[in-house]
Amino acid sequence: MTNELDIFVGNTTLIDEDVYRLWLDGYSVNDAVGLRVRSGILEQTGATAGVLQSDTMDHYRTFHMLERLLHTPPKLLHQLVFQIPPSRQALLIERYYTFDEAFVREVLGKKLSKGTKKDLDDISTKTGVTLKSCRRQFDNFKRVFKVVEEMRGSLAGNIQQHFLLSDRLARDYAAVVFFANNRFETGKKKLQYLTFGDLAFCAELMIQNWTPGAVGEAPPFPSPSLDSQVDDMDVDLDKEFLQDLKELKVLVADKDLLDLHKSLVCTALRGKLSIFPEMEANFKNLSRGLVNIASKLTHTKDVRDLFVDLVEKFIEPCRSDRWLLNDVRLFLNQYSASVHSLDGFRHQALWDRYMVTLRSCLLRMYHD
Amino acid sequence: MPGKLKVKIVAGRHLPVMDRASDLTDAFVEVKFGNTTFKTDVYHKSLNPQWNSEWFKFEVDDEDLQDEPLQITVLDHDTYSANDAIGKVYIDIDPLLYSEAATVISGWFPIYDTIHGIRGEINVVVKVDLFNDLNRFRQSSCGVKFFCTTSIPKCYRAVIIHGFVEELVVNEDPEYQWIDRIRTPRASNEARQRLISLMSGELQRKIGLKVLEMRGNAVVGYLQCFDLEGESGLVVRAIGTACTLDKLSSTAAFLPACNSPSKEMKESPLVHPPSHGCRSTHNSPIHTATGSRLTQNFSVSVPTLIYTGMGSGSAGKEGGPFKALLRQQTQSALEQRGGSPHRFCRTWEFPFFTLTAFPPGFLVHVGGVVSARSVKLLDRIHNPDEPETRDAWWAEIRQEIKSHAKALGCHAVVGYSESTSICEEVCILSASGTAAVLNPRFLQDGTVEGCLEQRQEENLPAGCGFCHIPYDELNMPFPAHLTYCYSCRKQKVPDVLFTTIDLPTDATVIGKGCLIQARLCRLKKKAQAEANATAISNLLPFMEYEVHTQLMNKLKLKGMNALFGLRIQITVGENMLMGLASATGVYLTALPTPGGIQIAGKTPNDGSYEQHISHMQKKINDTIAKNKELYEINPPEIPEEIIGSPIPEPRQRSRLLRSQSESSDEVIELDLSHGKKDAFVLEFYSCNTEIMPGINNWTSEIQMFTSVRVSRLSNINLTNQTLNKNFNDLCENLLKSLYFKLRSMIPCCLCHVNFTVSLPEDELIQVTVTAVAITFDKHQAVQTTKTHVEKSLQRASTDNEELLQFPLELCTDSLASHTFSPAKEHLESASSNSGIPAAQRATSVDYSSFADRCNSWIELIKLKAQTIRRGSIKTTVSVEKASPLTEGHFRQRSAPCANSTVGVVKMTPLSFIPGAKITKYLGIINMFFIRETTSLREEGGVSGFLHAFIAEVFAMVRAHVAALGGNAVVSYIMKQCVFMENPNKNQAQCLINVSGDAVIFVRESELEIISPQQPVASCQPACSGGEIAT
Repeated sequence: MTNELDIFVGNTTLIDEDVYRLWLDGYSVNDAVGLRVRSGILEQTGATAGVLQSDTMDHYRTFHMLERLLHTPPKLLHQLVFQIPPSRQALLIERYYTFDEAFVREVLGKKLSKGTKKDLDDISTKTGVTLKSCRRQFDNFKRVFKVVEEMRGSLAGNIQQHFLLSDRLARDYAAVVFFANNRFETGKKKLQYLTFGDLAFCAELMIQNWTPGAVGEAPPFPSPSLDSQVDDMDVDLDKEFLQDLKELKVLVADKDLLDLHKSLVCTALRGKLSIFPEMEANFKNLSRGLVNIASKLTHTKDVRDLFVDLVEKFIEPCRSDRWLLNDVRLFLNQYSASVHSLDGFRHQALWDRYMVTLRSCLLRMYHD
Repeated sequence: MPGKLKVKIVAGRHLPVMDRASDLTDAFVEVKFGNTTFKTDVYHKSLNPQWNSEWFKFEVDDEDLQDEPLQITVLDHDTYSANDAIGKVYIDIDPLLYSEAATVISGWFPIYDTIHGIRGEINVVVKVDLFNDLNRFRQSSCGVKFFCTTSIPKCYRAVIIHGFVEELVVNEDPEYQWIDRIRTPRASNEARQRLISLMSGELQRKIGLKVLEMRGNAVVGYLQCFDLEGESGLVVRAIGTACTLDKLSSTAAFLPACNSPSKEMKESPLVHPPSHGCRSTHNSPIHTATGSRLTQNFSVSVPTLIYTGMGSGSAGKEGGPFKALLRQQTQSALEQRGGSPHRFCRTWEFPFFTLTAFPPGFLVHVGGVVSARSVKLLDRIHNPDEPETRDAWWAEIRQEIKSHAKALGCHAVVGYSESTSICEEVCILSASGTAAVLNPRFLQDGTVEGCLEQRQEENLPAGCGFCHIPYDELNMPFPAHLTYCYSCRKQKVPDVLFTTIDLPTDATVIGKGCLIQARLCRLKKKAQAEANATAISNLLPFMEYEVHTQLMNKLKLKGMNALFGLRIQITVGENMLMGLASATGVYLTALPTPGGIQIAGKTPNDGSYEQHISHMQKKINDTIAKNKELYEINPPEIPEEIIGSPIPEPRQRSRLLRSQSESSDEVIELDLSHGKKDAFVLEFYSCNTEIMPGINNWTSEIQMFTSVRVSRLSNINLTNQTLNKNFNDLCENLLKSLYFKLRSMIPCCLCHVNFTVSLPEDELIQVTVTAVAITFDKHQAVQTTKTHVEKSLQRASTDNEELLQFPLELCTDSLASHTFSPAKEHLESASSNSGIPAAQRATSVDYSSFADRCNSWIELIKLKAQTIRRGSIKTTVSVEKASPLTEGHFRQRSAPCANSTVGVVKMTPLSFIPGAKITKYLGIINMFFIRETTSLREEGGVSGFLHAFIAEVFAMVRAHVAALGGNAVVSYIMKQCVFMENPNKNQAQCLINVSGDAVIFVRESELEIISPQQPVASCQPACSGGEIAT
C-alpha cells in the first residue's frame, strides 16, 4: 500500500527550522530525511522513517510554495494564503537571503549574468555548497541587484525596505550589489586571504564616501561641484570625484612635495615605529603606489583592479618588511595628516575624502 | 422591496500579469446580484488597481437577499478580443440581514479562479439598508440566526429549545447537463459553485421559515450537506435544532454573578438537580422497535431494502401527504404548548436535537446510541428533480430512529446527525443519535412548573443522573448488566454507555479520556443495481456488529466504561465497504469498572493452542494495566458487599472473544502494540469530543489543521484481512504523523478529531482528518484546581458559578465512594480535606511512564516552546510601546477590523477558544469551492495540488471572517473534500465544502483590563451601533 497523496495543512503554517535549513542548503527530500535520521530524531520521538519522510515532504512542499513569495518579501507579509506569525515571517525571509561565506567570495565582484550562472557548477564543486543552494544565493543576489540598481537613496536602506532584511544582512547585500556593479576583482589568488567581511567593510566605506550618494548624506566630504539630489545613487562611484583624484598626482610628481611629505612623516614617526628604517627607505614607493591608484581610477579597468593594486602596491611591501598592524596604522595616520602641512598642495578636502576611506580599508585588509 | 444592497469596489492588489507584452493588467470589476450587473472603470496598466468606485446599489427583495450571493468578477480588459476573467469572489450577505450580527462587510478578499486558484486580492465594502422595520422581515426568514455550533452559543441563553428542523432541495447538477459537453471546465465549475451557493441560500431561508413557524428565532447545530448524486441530481439538505435564544447582556456575560436573567438559568439546575421525576411515565414496557437489535446500548437496524423503482409510483404521492402530516403535527405541538410537557414531547414528529452539549439540567437520562441505515438506488428515483422521494427516504429513517429511541424508553434523540455515502447509483443513508430523556422545562415557554416534582430529589449529587437507565429494568430492550449507580447508589446504571454527544459538563470522570476507533473493511463483489444494493444490505448488519465488538473490546482494553461523541461512518465503494467508528472513551465514576477480556479457544484440548491463548490473555491483561496507568484510571476500590447490588462475576461480565474470528484476533494484536504507548515517546492525547475529559487547564495556543491521505491498495490477493490491516495502518500512521508534526506544541491534546473515509476509486482509500491541537499546562493544573476549591469554599454558600461546580463534585464523589452517605454536614469538611487530593489525582500528569532518555528532550522542546511564546510576547510589547495610547485604543487596534496588516484569524472545530471569551457571533460561514487543474504535474502532483487548494480554502474563510469584523471561526467543519484525479491526463479536481461560525473573541487577560473601564464598547469596536439597538 502506497500513499499517493499525503498532506498536512495547518491554519497557522507550520515551519520547522531544521527542515528549512536543510531545504535552503539544497538537500533533496531523501538526503534531508537521511540527515534527520542521523540527528537522532527517530530515537527522540519514537517516530518511524515513514513518518519522517512524510513530514519532510510536507515541509518541502510548503517551502516550495512559499518560495515564490520569498522572492518579494513584502508580498509574504500581505498575502492571505499562509497565516504565519510575524516573527516566523522574519525568520523565513532572513534565512532565505542569508548566504554562505564560501559562495559569496566566489561571485563577489563578478557580473551577475547568465554566464556566471553557468559557472555555478564549478563553484558548487569548489565550495561544497550544493548547486541548488548556489542557485538560490546567486538568484537572490541578482534579484536584489535588479531591484535596487536604479534606485535613489541609501543602498542598504533600499534593500531593507524592499526585502525586509535585518540591518546587518541588508548592509551585506549592499556590499554585494556594490561589488557586482563596479566589478571589483576579488578572485585573484593574492586576494584570497580577504574575507567577505573585509571586503564588505571596504564597500560600506566606499559607498559612504566615494559615491554621489555620499553627498546627500551627512558624511564628511561634501563635494560642492555636485547638484544635490540629481545623481543621488549609491551604486556607482562618484565620477567627478574620480576625475578630481587626478589632481593628487602632484604629491608624487612634484619632487619637492614628495620630499617634504616624506620628511614630515619621518620626523613625526621617528622612534615610534619598529620598522622605521624600512619605512623610510620605502616611503616614496608606497606613496607613489597610493597616489597612482587614486589617479588611475578614471579607468574602469583600474577601478576593477583596485583591491589587487592595494595589495600589490601597499600591503605586500609592508608585509614583506614585517610591519605590524600598529605600524601601518601610525604610518597611515601620519601619512594622510602630514599632507595638510604641505603648503603647496591645494586639494586638502579631496585628499581626505580619498585617504580616510583608503586608510580604513587598508587597515582592515592588513592581516594574514 | 425591503432592502437596498450597496457595494463599493475599492482596490485590488497582487493581480496576475494578464498582458505578457507589458507585464501588466488592465483590470475592471463586474458586480452582480440577481440579474443586475454593474461595472467599474478599467484601471489601466497596473497590478494594484485603485478603482475607488461609486456605491453600486441593488434594490432587491428579501427573498433574493437570502438566496443570492453577491458575485464579484475581476476581468482584464482587452480591446480586440474577449475580456479575460481573472477570478471571482462570492460574498454571502446573510450575516448583514440580522441586526445583531455584522453591519458591514469590508476587507480584502482573495480573487479565486477554479482553474488557477487565488490570483490577487480585492478590497470590497458591502452594506445593506433595510427599508422596513424588523417586523416586516418576520414574514420572511431574514431575522433567523444560524449557528453551526452544536451547543447553545456562548453569549446567548436558550429560552426554549423547540426541536428538529430539516429541509432538502434538489437541482440538476450542472456537471451532468448536456451543455457541459461544450462549455469550458471553468464555466462548468462556476455554474456549480453558483448553483450550490443559491441552493444553500434557499435552504437556509426555508429552514428559517420553519423556525419562525415554531416561533423560534435561531437554528443551533445547523448542519448542511451536499449529496452529489450524479445523473439524478444535486441534493442540498440540512438539519438543525430550532431554538428561541436570548442575547445575554454584555455585563452579564462578563460578570456571571450579577442579577441578570441568565442567573436563573445557571442556578436552577443546581438547586434542582436532574432527577427522575418523569420516570414513572417511562416505566411502561414500550418494546416495539423494529430491526435487528444487536447488543446493549446499541440498537441498530438496517431496514429491508426498498427499491425505489418499484415503489416509485406511490413514493411521489406519499411525499405530499407526509409533509402535510408533518406540518399538522408541528402545528398541534404548538397548540398544545403549556399542556403536559410529556404529551408535548410525544406529539413531536421527530423529537430530535442536533445539539451535542446542553444547558445544565437539560439532559435527564441517556439510553444509548440509536442508528439506522438504508440502501437506496438513485437511478430509480421516479421524479429526480423533485425532493419528495428523498424526503420520504429520510422520513423513513427518522421514523426508525424514533422507534429505537422509544424502545430504549426515551422520548428524544440528542446528538443527532445524518449522512450519506454514494457510489455510482447506490446510496447509503445513515442517521444516528443518542436516545435520551430530556427535562421538559426547556422545551416550552419559560415556565418552571414541569420540575416541581423533581425538587424532592434535589439532594442527589449531580453528575450521575444521565447515566441512570431510562428503560424498564425488568423489561429491557436488550440483555444488559445493570448495577446500582456507583455515585448515588440509588438508581440502576448499565455497565457501559455509548453516546453520540459530548461529555456533559457535570459528569464526573476518573483519569483522562482517549480516542477509540474501530476500523473495518469488507470486500464485496462488483455488481449492478439491485444485486449490488442487496449485497450491501446483507453486509451492513455484520459490519455494524463487528464495529460494535471492536469498540467494546478496545474500550475494555483501555480500562474505560463509556464512549462519547461516537460517530460511525460506513462508506461504500465499487468493491468494498469501509466502516470507521470514532469515539472518546472515558471512565465514568457512576458506572462499574469494566471487566477484563477473556479469550475462549475453539479447540480447548490442543496444548500449544492453549498456551498461545494464555499468552495472549496475559498480554491483554498487561495492556489493560498499562493503559490504566497511562490514562490515570485509578478508581477507588470498593468492597463488593457495600454495594449490595447484583454485580456479576467478572468472568460473567467479560465479553467472550472468539479468537478464531480473524478480524477480532487482529484487533487485539494491533491494540496491544498500540497500547504500548511508551514505544511512541511523544506525550500526546487525542479525543473526538470538544475537549479532553480530565484536562481542564488549557492554554491559549491552538492549531487547527486538515490532513489528507490517499492510499493505493495493491490489487493482488486482496482479502478482508489484508484490507483491514492496510486500513488500520493507514489510520495509525496518520495519527502518528500528526503527533510528530505537532510535537513542538507538547504538552498538547488533539481535540475534535474528525476522520472521514471515502473510496474515490477502486483501489484508492482517502482519509481526511480535521482536528485542533490545543496546548495545556500540566504544571498549573493542580494550582488552578486548588484555587478553585479555595474559592468554592469561600463562596460556596452564596455563589453558584459554573466553575465551582466541578471541584465540589469531585469532593462529594470521593467521599461517596468511601463512606456511603453523602451527608451534607460532611461535605464542607470533606472538600477541604479530601477535596484537594482528589483534584490532584484527577489532573496531575504521570511522568513515570516515560523513559528517562526522552525527558531531557521533552524539556528541550518545552524550552523551545517557551522561547517561541516569549518571542511573541516581545513583539506585542514592542507594538504597545510603539503606540503609547491608552490600553483600550491598543486593543482595538489589535482587532482585525483595523486592516493595516493581515489580521490573525483563528479557526477551530470547537465551539470555544481556550483562554478567550466570545463576545459576538457574526453569522454563519458556509462556503463551497471547486478547484480543477489540467497541469497536475506542474502544480506539484496531487499532493501539491490539494495542499495549495486547502491552504487557499483556509485563506478564503479567514478573509471572509476578517471582512465581517471577526477574528475567529468556531465550530469549523470541513464537510466534504471530494478529490478526483486522472494522472494520465494530467488532471485533477477537488470539491470542498466548509462551514463554521464567525465570531469576535477577546482574550480573557485583555478582558480583565478592559471590562472595568467600558465593558461594552471596548470589546466590540466594530458594531457598537447595532448593539445598542438590541
